[in-house]
Amino acid sequence: MSLNFPFSAIVGQDEMKLAILIAAVDPSVGGVLVFGDRGTGKSTAVRALAAMLPKMRAVTGCRYQCDPVSRGMVCESCAELKAAGGALKSHLISVPVVDLPLGATEDRVVGALDLERALSQGVKAFEPGLLARANRGFLYIDEVNLLEDHLVDLLIDVAASGENVVEREGLSVRHPARFVLVGSGNPEEGELRPQLLDRFGLSVEVKTPTDLASRVEVVRRRDQFERDSEGFSKKWKKEDERVRQSIVKGKQHLANVAVPDAALERAAQLCMVLGTDGLRGELTLIRAARSLAALQGDDAVGDEHLRRVAPPALRHRLRRNPLDDAGSTVRVDRAVAELFGG
Amino acid sequence: MSVGSGMAADRWQPTAASLPMMARQVAALFAVDPVGCGGVAIRSLATPGRDAWLQLLHDLLPEDTPVRRVPLHINDERLLGGLDLAATLQAGRPIAQKGVLTLADGGVVLMAMAERMSPATAARLAAVIDSGEVALEREGLASRHPTRFGVVALDEGLADDERMAPALLDRLSFMIDLHPVLPDPAVAAESEGMELPFRTTRADIVRARSLLAQIEVELDVVQALVAAALQLGVYSIRAPMQALRVARAAAALDGRICLIDEDVALAAALVLSPRATRMPTAEPPPEEDQPEEQEPADPPPEQPEEPPEPEEPPPPPEQPDEDAADPPDEEPEREPTMDDLAELVLAAAQAAIPPGLLAAMQLGLEQRARSNAAGRMGASKASQSRGRPRGARRGEPRAGSRLNVIETLRAAAPWQKLRQAEMARIAAVEVVTTRKRAAKKHTAPVARVQVRRDDFHVTRYQQRSATTTVFVVDASGSSALNRLAEAKGAVELLLADCYVRRDQVAVLSFRGRGAELLLPPTRSLVRAKRSLAGLPGGGGTPLASGIDAAAALGEQIARRGETPIVVLLTDGRGNVARDGSPGRARAAEDVDLAARQYRLANLSTLLIDTAPQPQPAAQALARMMGATYLPLPYAGSAALSRAVAQAGQAVAAAAVSR
Repeated sequence: MSLNFPFSAIVGQDEMKLAILIAAVDPSVGGVLVFGDRGTGKSTAVRALAAMLPKMRAVTGCRYQCDPVSRGMVCESCAELKAAGGALKSHLISVPVVDLPLGATEDRVVGALDLERALSQGVKAFEPGLLARANRGFLYIDEVNLLEDHLVDLLIDVAASGENVVEREGLSVRHPARFVLVGSGNPEEGELRPQLLDRFGLSVEVKTPTDLASRVEVVRRRDQFERDSEGFSKKWKKEDERVRQSIVKGKQHLANVAVPDAALERAAQLCMVLGTDGLRGELTLIRAARSLAALQGDDAVGDEHLRRVAPPALRHRLRRNPLDDAGSTVRVDRAVAELFGG
Repeated sequence: MSVGSGMAADRWQPTAASLPMMARQVAALFAVDPVGCGGVAIRSLATPGRDAWLQLLHDLLPEDTPVRRVPLHINDERLLGGLDLAATLQAGRPIAQKGVLTLADGGVVLMAMAERMSPATAARLAAVIDSGEVALEREGLASRHPTRFGVVALDEGLADDERMAPALLDRLSFMIDLHPVLPDPAVAAESEGMELPFRTTRADIVRARSLLAQIEVELDVVQALVAAALQLGVYSIRAPMQALRVARAAAALDGRICLIDEDVALAAALVLSPRATRMPTAEPPPEEDQPEEQEPADPPPEQPEEPPEPEEPPPPPEQPDEDAADPPDEEPEREPTMDDLAELVLAAAQAAIPPGLLAAMQLGLEQRARSNAAGRMGASKASQSRGRPRGARRGEPRAGSRLNVIETLRAAAPWQKLRQAEMARIAAVEVVTTRKRAAKKHTAPVARVQVRRDDFHVTRYQQRSATTTVFVVDASGSSALNRLAEAKGAVELLLADCYVRRDQVAVLSFRGRGAELLLPPTRSLVRAKRSLAGLPGGGGTPLASGIDAAAALGEQIARRGETPIVVLLTDGRGNVARDGSPGRARAAEDVDLAARQYRLANLSTLLIDTAPQPQPAAQALARMMGATYLPLPYAGSAALSRAVAQAGQAVAAAAVSR
C-alpha cells in the first residue's frame, strides 16, 4: 500500500496518539501497547507514525543501522571499524518502523543463514531478520495477543537485553536490537503474558467513540482517504508537519528538561499508593513525564505531566486486588486524584 | 461446487430465482465492489440454496475473476505463501510460492466452514484485508505482495454460539442467513420498496464498476448512516463505513453517479440490520463504558450479566411496534435538516431486522461476556502428543513431542549442497591430519541426506481440554426446607447432560460448619447420583466456606489443564462465618470477601437461586462472583441444563481461540 492514513487525521484517541509521540521523543520510555475495540485506528496510528519520525544518522553500509556516535552497543563490524580508529561514514536514514506480521517464522524474526547465497554460492552468510531491521526504530506487532508462543519468548528476551543472539546452523552472531515495541490487539481474543506486558512502557486502552459527531467524522475522513488518498494526505500534510516538528523539538529539548526532586517524590508516592511491582513503574512514569514536558516545550517536569502520563504508564502494572474489582484505569485515576487533589 | 444432497432437496430448485430477494441483492452489490464491501458471511448449511447463491455470484462476477476456496485448516504456507521447495532445489536459488490470498488478488476468497476458523487464521486474513497486501516473513523470504479481494465466508454454524470469528465478521459488510429460507413471499415483502433490477447481468456489474469511483457522498448521508448505526446499537465503526460503500455500489448498479435515499436505505437494511443489538429507542445512546452489555429494557448499567432468557418469551422482538410509534428524536447532536433521511434510513434498517434476531444477539453478547471472564487457563491446552495437529515448529523431539519427519526434511533440503561441500572439506582436512581417524570415517556410511539438529521440527497439537462441572450444593436447613429435593433433581438432569458430553463432575456441599467434598472429579454418573441422593440437609449456611471451596477446587481443576464450570445452588443467605462461628453479620462480611476473591479466579459460574422467590441477595452475590444468575423457580429443568451447556460452550469457544 502506497500511502498511509495521515497521523493527524485520526479522530480523537488522544491518549493513544500521545503515548506514541512520547515514545517517539524518548524511546527509552519503552514500548507502547494499544488494546481495545476493533476498528479504532490502532494499526492506522502506528503505520502513520513512520512518516512522522525525523530522520536519524546511521553508519553507512551497516546492516543494523548503528549509531555513528553511540558509546553503547554497536554491531561487530562497526565495533571493528571504531577500534581501527577510522572515522565512521554515516548518512541520514528514515527511522525504521518494522511490521512483524502474524505467520512470520522464527528464522525471519531473528535472522538465519542466507538461503540464496547458501544455495547458489555455497557460502554461509548471516541474513539479518526483522529484529535487526528494527534496531533503533520501532517493531510493530498487530494482534500481539495472537502471536505464537515461541516468538513471544524470543521477543521477551530480546526486548529486555537489547541484543539479539543467534546460534543456529553453525552461525554465531550477535547484534544490537534496541527497538520500541509497539503492540496492538483486542482483549477479547486473549490476554498477554505478564512478562510481555511488562516490556511495554505505556499501555493505552482505546474505545470506539460513541458520540455521533466524532463517529461521523471518522467515517467521513476514512471515506475521503479511500477515494483520494493523495489529495487527502496533502490536505493533512501541514498538520502532520506540525506534529513532526514537535517531535524534533521534543527530542532536542529532552536533555534540558529538569526533573525536580518534588516530581520524583510524587512519582514514588503514586507508585506506592498503587502498589506497583518493582521500580519499573516509577522509572517509566518519570521518563514519560519528562518526554511529555519536552514535547510541550516545558522546562521541568511538574504535576500536570505526571498526571497525564500516570494512567498509561501504570495501569498495566497493578496487582489484582481482591477488595477492589474496579478497572485498573479507575484505580490509577483515583490514586492520582487523591494525591494531586481532585 | 457440488450440489449437496441437502435437506428437503426436492423442494428446491437450486436456481437464483428461488433465493430471497435480499440474498440476490447482496450478490449483485458484492459483485460490484468485492473489495470495498469486504465480503459476505453466509449462514447456511451446504444446501442447494447456498449453492444457488454461489452460482449466482459466479455468474455475476466478470469472467476472469479469480475465486479461491480456502479449506478450514489451511497452513500459513499455503495461505500467505512460502518457499517452493521443489523449484528452489531445482533452480538452486530460493523460489517463492504465492499463497492463496495473493493468488486471489482482484477476486474472491471463499472460506469454507468459517464458523470453525481459528482466530489466528481470522487475524491473518484481517491483516491482509486491512493493509491490502500480504506481508511475508517466512522461511528466509521477505516480501510484500499487494492483494485485494472480497471474502465469502461460509458459516455452517447451527447453534447460536457457533459463530465465526468476530475479527473477520467485523470486516464483512453483508450477513445473510439462508438457513430457514423458504421460497418466500414473506421475505420478498420485507424488501419491498427497495427494488433492484432483478435481472442483473454481468454487463451491469462491469458498467457499475466503472461508475463507482465517481460517486460523491454528501455529509448528510454519512450522518444518517452513523446515526442509524448508533440507534441500532451497532458500535463497530466499520459498519457505517461499509454501509456507505454499499450505498455507493447500489447507486452504481442502478447506473447513477449520485446517491439517492433508496440507496442509503438499502445499505442500512443490508449492512446495519443484521448487526443490530437493540431496537432504536427514545433513549440517547448508552454510556461509553460498556455499550455492548447494555440492554434496552434495563436501566441499571452496573449489572454485568443477565440471566439467560427464562421461559417467558424474550421481550425485544415485541417492541418494534411501540418504538416505531414514537420517533427517535432526542439526538442532541443531530441537525434538523437531516432528520428525514436519518429517519428513512432507520426505518428501513428496522424493518429489515429479522424477528428473533435480537434475542439471539443478546444471547451472543452474553456468551461473549462469559467467554471473556471464563477459563483463560486450562480452557485451551497446547498438547505435545494429543489432539488435532496444528502445524509444526522448530524444536527437538524431546519430552514426548513427536518429530515431524516431512517438515524436518523440508528444512534440511535446501542446505544439502552446502553441507555436503562442508563435509567433504572437513573430510579432506582430516585425511591430511590424522589418517587413522579419517580411515575410520570412511568406513562409516556416508549419509545421503544430512539432517542436523537445527532442522528438527516437531508437530504441535491442540487439544480441546476436558470440562469438569463442579456442583456446589447448599444443603443447609433453610435450603433443605425450601427445595433441596428440587435442586437435587435439577442436578441429576445436569448430570445426565454431563454424561452425554463426557464431562467430569464433582460435588461439593456445605452445611453446618463448613464445606465438604462429596465427590472428587469423576466420570462416574452412578457415583455422582449416589452421593447426591445420600446428601443430608440441615444446619447453618457456611456460604463463604462453600465459595472458598468451590474456588479452590475450580483453580485446582484449571491447573490440571481442564476447564472448570461451577454450578452453585444456594439461596444466597449465609449465616455461618468462615471459621465456623454463627452470626449473620460476620457471615455476610465473609461472603462478600469470598465472592470478590472468587471472581479473581475467573471461573465460569452459574448461580442457581434455590429460594422460592428470587432473592436480591443471591443476585448481588452472583454479580460479585461474576456468575450468571438463574432463579430456580423459573428454571425449568430444560432451561437449567441449557444454561449449563451454554457456559460450557462459551468456554469451549474460548478454548478454540488459542
